[in-house]
Amino acid sequence: MATSQAPIRRRRPGKAARTSTRSARQPADGHARLAVASPAGTSWPYAAAPESHDYLKLASRYELFIGGKWVKPLGGRHFASINPATEEVLTHVGEASAADVDRAVRAARTAYEKYWRRCTPASRAKYLYRIARAITERSRELAVLESMDTGKPIKESRDFDIPLAAAHFFYYAGWADKLPWAFPNVEPRPLGVAGQIIPWNFPLLMAAWKIAPALACGNTVVLKPAETTPLTALWLAEIVRQANLPPGVVNIITGGGDTGAALVRHPGLDKVAFTGSTEVGKEIARECARLRRRVTLELGGKAANIIFDDAPLDEAVEGIINGIFFNQGHVCCAGSRLLVQEPVLDAVVHKLHRRMQTLRLGPPLDKNTDIGAINSKAQLQKIQALADSGEAAGCKRYETTCALPARGYWFRPTFFTGVALSHRIAQEEIFGPVLSVMTFRTPDEAVEKANNTRYGLSAGVWTDKGSKNFKIVSQLRAGVVWANTYNKFDPSSPFGGYKESGFGREGGMHGLLPYLER
Amino acid sequence: MERRVTIRKTAKLFIGGAFVRSESGRTFTYKQDGRVVNVARASRKDVRDAVRAGRTAWPSWRDRTAYNRGQIVYRVAEMLESRREQFTDALLASGIAPGAAAGEVNAAIDRVVWYAGWCDKIEQLLSTKNPVGIKHFNVSSPEPTGVVGVVAPDRPSLLGLVSTVIPVVCGGNCAVVLVGESDPLCAIALAEALATADVPAGVVNILTGGFADTVPTLAGHMDVNALDLWIGDEKLDAAAAQRACDNVKRVRRGGAPARRFWFGDSAQGPDWIEAFMEIKTVWHPAGV
Amino acid sequence: MAFVPVDAVGLEERASSLATRSIKRDAKVAGLRLVISCMDLTSLEGKDTPERIKQLCRKAVTVDPDDPTLPAVAAVCVYPALVAAAKRALLGSSVKVASVATAFPSGQSGLDVKLREVRDAVTDGADEVDMVIDRGRFLAGHYREVAEEIAAVKEASGTARLKVILETGELGTYDNVRRASWLAMEAGADFIKTSTGKVQPAATPPAALAMLQTIRDYEARSHRAVGLKVAGGIRTAKQALQYLVLVKETLGEERLDPRYFRIGASSLLNDALMQLRKERTGTYQSDDYFTKD
Repeated sequence: MATSQAPIRRRRPGKAARTSTRSARQPADGHARLAVASPAGTSWPYAAAPESHDYLKLASRYELFIGGKWVKPLGGRHFASINPATEEVLTHVGEASAADVDRAVRAARTAYEKYWRRCTPASRAKYLYRIARAITERSRELAVLESMDTGKPIKESRDFDIPLAAAHFFYYAGWADKLPWAFPNVEPRPLGVAGQIIPWNFPLLMAAWKIAPALACGNTVVLKPAETTPLTALWLAEIVRQANLPPGVVNIITGGGDTGAALVRHPGLDKVAFTGSTEVGKEIARECARLRRRVTLELGGKAANIIFDDAPLDEAVEGIINGIFFNQGHVCCAGSRLLVQEPVLDAVVHKLHRRMQTLRLGPPLDKNTDIGAINSKAQLQKIQALADSGEAAGCKRYETTCALPARGYWFRPTFFTGVALSHRIAQEEIFGPVLSVMTFRTPDEAVEKANNTRYGLSAGVWTDKGSKNFKIVSQLRAGVVWANTYNKFDPSSPFGGYKESGFGREGGMHGLLPYLER
Repeated sequence: MERRVTIRKTAKLFIGGAFVRSESGRTFTYKQDGRVVNVARASRKDVRDAVRAGRTAWPSWRDRTAYNRGQIVYRVAEMLESRREQFTDALLASGIAPGAAAGEVNAAIDRVVWYAGWCDKIEQLLSTKNPVGIKHFNVSSPEPTGVVGVVAPDRPSLLGLVSTVIPVVCGGNCAVVLVGESDPLCAIALAEALATADVPAGVVNILTGGFADTVPTLAGHMDVNALDLWIGDEKLDAAAAQRACDNVKRVRRGGAPARRFWFGDSAQGPDWIEAFMEIKTVWHPAGV
Repeated sequence: MAFVPVDAVGLEERASSLATRSIKRDAKVAGLRLVISCMDLTSLEGKDTPERIKQLCRKAVTVDPDDPTLPAVAAVCVYPALVAAAKRALLGSSVKVASVATAFPSGQSGLDVKLREVRDAVTDGADEVDMVIDRGRFLAGHYREVAEEIAAVKEASGTARLKVILETGELGTYDNVRRASWLAMEAGADFIKTSTGKVQPAATPPAALAMLQTIRDYEARSHRAVGLKVAGGIRTAKQALQYLVLVKETLGEERLDPRYFRIGASSLLNDALMQLRKERTGTYQSDDYFTKD
């Protein structure tokens, strides 16, 4: 099915455009048009470019991966995993009960005492290198599976998710036998058994972010992937098995909120690591406080993306697009609040408007798709509700007008202008392709507005002036600051938040700290 | 009469990613399994060509991501693992007992894997953001020095070679390696492994043959930035160290430690990479 | 003009991202036909002769004797001394004659010599003039003189359309590419062109992208649509299609028309023909089967 593009239409046609010399030239129906006659006739649509996937064979049912083996869930229950782009059932996966959680934690403990603790660091490294290489070898298969399970474009899973997951294992493999150098004069020791819960936005990548450092530091793990995206974690389990890791070092148990809660509560864990919503994160923090258990959290964000009047504007617009529409906005560090210095507001809105027109929304497995499906019906409803609140509050809504496929969960890239900090769409994390545009006049004002949030995960700054960059970067209260770029990740680069975005870092040397006793 | 007449390999130099005879045409003899091998004997001009190859390859090797260098070094380990038999045979031919040969091959492969994991971490270890007293952003970080001349230790011929060459390239440098006449076969096998491991041409150049001409040439070469000398002959070592001062090379002199030194912890470490890196410090004001 | 800086890393990332567009089957065939119809088939060698140019022109009109449905190229591009021969050979066809001029490729001559060359080429029948800017003066910061020279050449060109070669490979930064693009357009360029093809690097996707962005911004300000010509080093159909993607996603697919987009190339034509035949027959081709005029 070919994707279509049409000029952007403002949601309330006929309403007066924002006054500026540029907008005044726009005709009343709101369609952006150039006032120059273009030659009629030339059109060059891209043909459908589907990624082939017949070699990917999905069984009708998958079990839990405990103690190095595939075992049926003790409660005997399975639940469906669906493709959000088509609403088709892909397969069924096991639902881990509290008893299964117990089995898994015991297996991890046994593996820790019997094998992993006694394994030389150099051997741990070699096992992790095997996993890294195997992910790269099977990368195409994993990318297709990830797109089918999450709804994200194949272009993203192929070029970003899977390679970065392999790189994370490769990077941490290298640390396994070098820990004495990471922290001067301290002999680092593992914590033991870690319980890890990951979200649905980058399933395989989040599994890599959790498992790789934990294992490198000598711990064993029980990982619960998100309810709506379990499949690549199960493929990873198979890779772990083929890499001949000692049984029980990695355990993967699928399930929903109940499984997660049972895992967090289990007395056999030495550590909990969670990435997900702030609300659930707070619950987990409370539980771990009660149990006096170590925990690290990576929660939500509402990042400010600050554009100064001396910014490289075209690249800044790319940064905005990348910041909020990449992965359909399902990114904790998404640049969801655009802060534009007033002199360039019109230019930025005009360029953003125009650039959004070229975003191709459509089937995730089409290689030319830029915007895929929303991960689940529940998430779609949340996004719709928040976007509607913005419109109800009087903000001007702009969205692309591409056709939406008949089945599946879809939301057009959208932005609002005339937003104030107190609007819900400026305060709450939407976790969807919705951008709120606000203005500022001076650097101090930008910093103040950027920091005026309970969150502190990430931020973006765009200016061509080096000293301004270094100054602003040092004032922003966020764990990751992107200057003249956005959404860049690397296994060697620590990632994590300030304030209610969580604590603890993943990636880099600092990413070892959550998994070591010092 | 031989049961099956075998094909004998010509033992050549490894320069710029290609196996070449010495421009002088000279060879020296080495015995393997009772037969005589004529091994290329590197000349001054071969050293000159190797340095040129290293210098040409350097900008692109240096500019690769650290992750990419790490993957390439890991692939070297993959190639070594698949060539175990070739290395073992070479060590046996040089007079090492079978058990010791197997141990040395394992140690060499493991050391390469160990260093592969340093490529993308050494910068983190050695960098600092410095809290200078004025409103400036100030960062120090290491960069590769350039072309490094290595005179490999005589023994252990495989482990010593790997221990000196691999850390040099991990840091982003290119190496010109001189290997003595006591065991050229391990070096040639290593060259073959490098050639098939995605290591770009010119990053490592390996020259076999006596040191009388090649060491002074390398030591005095004005386009070589550093030397790693593991020379047993004290006079040769001293002379090389003197010549190196002509362009203020960074020099490390290890002499000729006992074989067992190379199997220990002090024979590997991030300091082995750091020895051939320069620290650059950058200042930038921070103010709107 | 308020100068808009370019972030090189960001620009190159955007160009790389657009290079991942997958152009298959009918989109590929349509794209290759556009590539042919937008091509300036070029021969710029010291050893060119009228006879050689005659053969080039035959190829320009009938690109593939085995496929008469294919369009002719947009123009041939030759040195001033060969304009008359090209004009004669192309009589009755739709193919235009473009002449390089202004001491191509270096631009290192006096203005009077350059203008005389332009006038002679136009007198001989050139429909289009491909001039080079004075990079020396540009890099020394004498922007006004560079602009005045372009304006003078525009005037000397009369009704012939003027393409201005920026030689992006010598300009050093994308900021300079933007500056030179804007300067050329304000001075009257009908097309801005990446390269002479005589210097490495020649056309690159990021440089072309910077030029397209500047064309778009200039058009928003002035309401005048200027064309883009990419030239130099574009040898494969795959590369050419990448440039079509850049134009489509920056200015819009309506600009994929010889009035607004050109590719200066020579061996590209046969690669495009080979790809077209491969799409038709399903088998990979050999260049033995395509004429090398």
